[in-house]
Amino acid sequence: MQPDISVKNLNKVYEGGFQALKNINLDINRGEIFALLGPNGAGKTTMISIICGITNLSSGEVRAAGHDIVKDYRKARGSIGLVPQELNTDSFETVWNAVSFSRGLFGKAPNPAHIEKVLRDLSLWEKRNNRIMTLSGGMKRRLMIAKALSHEPRILFLDEPTAGVDVELRRDMWEMVRKLREDGVTIILTTHYIEEAEEMADRIGVIRQGEIILVEDKDQLMSKLGKKELRLHLQNKLDKVPGELILEPVELSEDGYELIYTFDSQQEQAGVARLLRTLGDIGIEYRDLRTRESSLEEIFVGLVHEQAAG
Amino acid sequence: MNFYGVKAIYNFEMSRMRRTLMQSVLSPVISTCLYFVVFGSAIGSRMGNIDNIEYAAYIIPGLVMLSLLMQSISNASFGIYMPKFSGTIYEVLSAPVSYVEVVLGYVGAAATKSVILGLIILATARLFVDYSVLHPFWMLSFLILTAVTFSMFGFIIGIWADGFEKLQIVPMMIVTPLTFLGGTFYSIDMLPEIWQTISLFNPVVYLISGFRWAFYGVSDVHVGISVGMTLLFLLACMSGIWWIFKTGYRLRT
Repeated sequence: MQPDISVKNLNKVYEGGFQALKNINLDINRGEIFALLGPNGAGKTTMISIICGITNLSSGEVRAAGHDIVKDYRKARGSIGLVPQELNTDSFETVWNAVSFSRGLFGKAPNPAHIEKVLRDLSLWEKRNNRIMTLSGGMKRRLMIAKALSHEPRILFLDEPTAGVDVELRRDMWEMVRKLREDGVTIILTTHYIEEAEEMADRIGVIRQGEIILVEDKDQLMSKLGKKELRLHLQNKLDKVPGELILEPVELSEDGYELIYTFDSQQEQAGVARLLRTLGDIGIEYRDLRTRESSLEEIFVGLVHEQAAG
Repeated sequence: MNFYGVKAIYNFEMSRMRRTLMQSVLSPVISTCLYFVVFGSAIGSRMGNIDNIEYAAYIIPGLVMLSLLMQSISNASFGIYMPKFSGTIYEVLSAPVSYVEVVLGYVGAAATKSVILGLIILATARLFVDYSVLHPFWMLSFLILTAVTFSMFGFIIGIWADGFEKLQIVPMMIVTPLTFLGGTFYSIDMLPEIWQTISLFNPVVYLISGFRWAFYGVSDVHVGISVGMTLLFLLACMSGIWWIFKTGYRLRT
């Protein structure tokens, strides 16, 4: 199947000579939620801006919904909705007018029923006649999403959509994004909340210093690079890790009451069984045990630091 | 052609005019009326006729042109500068609209506002001064052509400006003096020969002269030259806008 977003050998060099993107190659499939992660200044927003037509590319080729973003810009841009990072709105306009303006700008005939649906879905219907300046920050964020959805795009870019919004609204937005995906909308998400990517994304891309360093299915990534931790709460205090376990990835907690065993998700079965057998053989008793899986955040931090060091 | 896109921009700009009726319409109308009262009724009654036209009536085309130029520039420059300032320009840049359509929307709205304003001022002038329009078609044509041309000029200023001060510099420091020295209050034939020659380098002379011809059939320069010069300036503005969008100057990085 043809990808909804296809980026080939994309480079962006700014006037001063700074190279923001270095030979980016990336395909994003129809109907998936793709999370693009990266530290500040990694090039996430530059890439989104190029795909959406806000920034010119230096070289390479980008296609959106099968259309070249330069040669066939009308069709390419018409298929994209963008929710930018900043809350850029025309303060004096009403909510209804602002959303209707966006729909018209994208070449769509007026459709009050659709605008009403979008506003209701985003809990903005009651505020439709209010001026934007009277809305709270969270409502303005919803308005940005309403504007992006006004022309029924098949691809939606969410550039840090939940930055600065409260937990409840964040959960609402996640729910809305899932619904959009069910309707077949392709969603590209950049976020600083790794929890958000972990919660929603189908695939993860990591960008660092203008280069894509990894693109992976989220579950595979978690399983491949994720670590598990087994903590055994001991019956009696130990002074040091027993000699029989010296070759295992085992650490002793500071108080001497916990043995911490770290292992790859893929190798858990054999290692845990061996550890527990050895403990039984040498007579170390434990009262409780619990396991913890590393979060996407830990994987992300590890990846970025690894690349930086490498 | 993205008709709905052009309409969206046009309506958005016209709605801004409705929101700011005092500033957009009433303020320039009152200012111009004050000119009519002071220079027309009060001082004008003590002045002689120029080209056999009563002084109060003689200055009407120039005063309308002064408002038209200022408002065209101001409307169009604010129209495109405000989205840049507030950051909402991202939406126009990411929309499936060509630069011709963007210009049609912004410049079309700015020119419409200016023409409406020009007509209101003309109607208001009738309350103070008795005047006639010899060539109504040409009067309207000059009005529209000038509004479109200077709205384009204003659009360029709005793109170029990176602060509110720059938005004001060109209208206040260049256009206003050129208009005052361009024959609003006198015929350039009344000037010493050297100043007549210098005046011919002032593009506003051609606008006012042509506009006055449409009213009274008298002009400082031939009406054909006036039309030609206005079209030339229009062409220069169109070239400037074409270059801006081609290079993305101050719009796209």
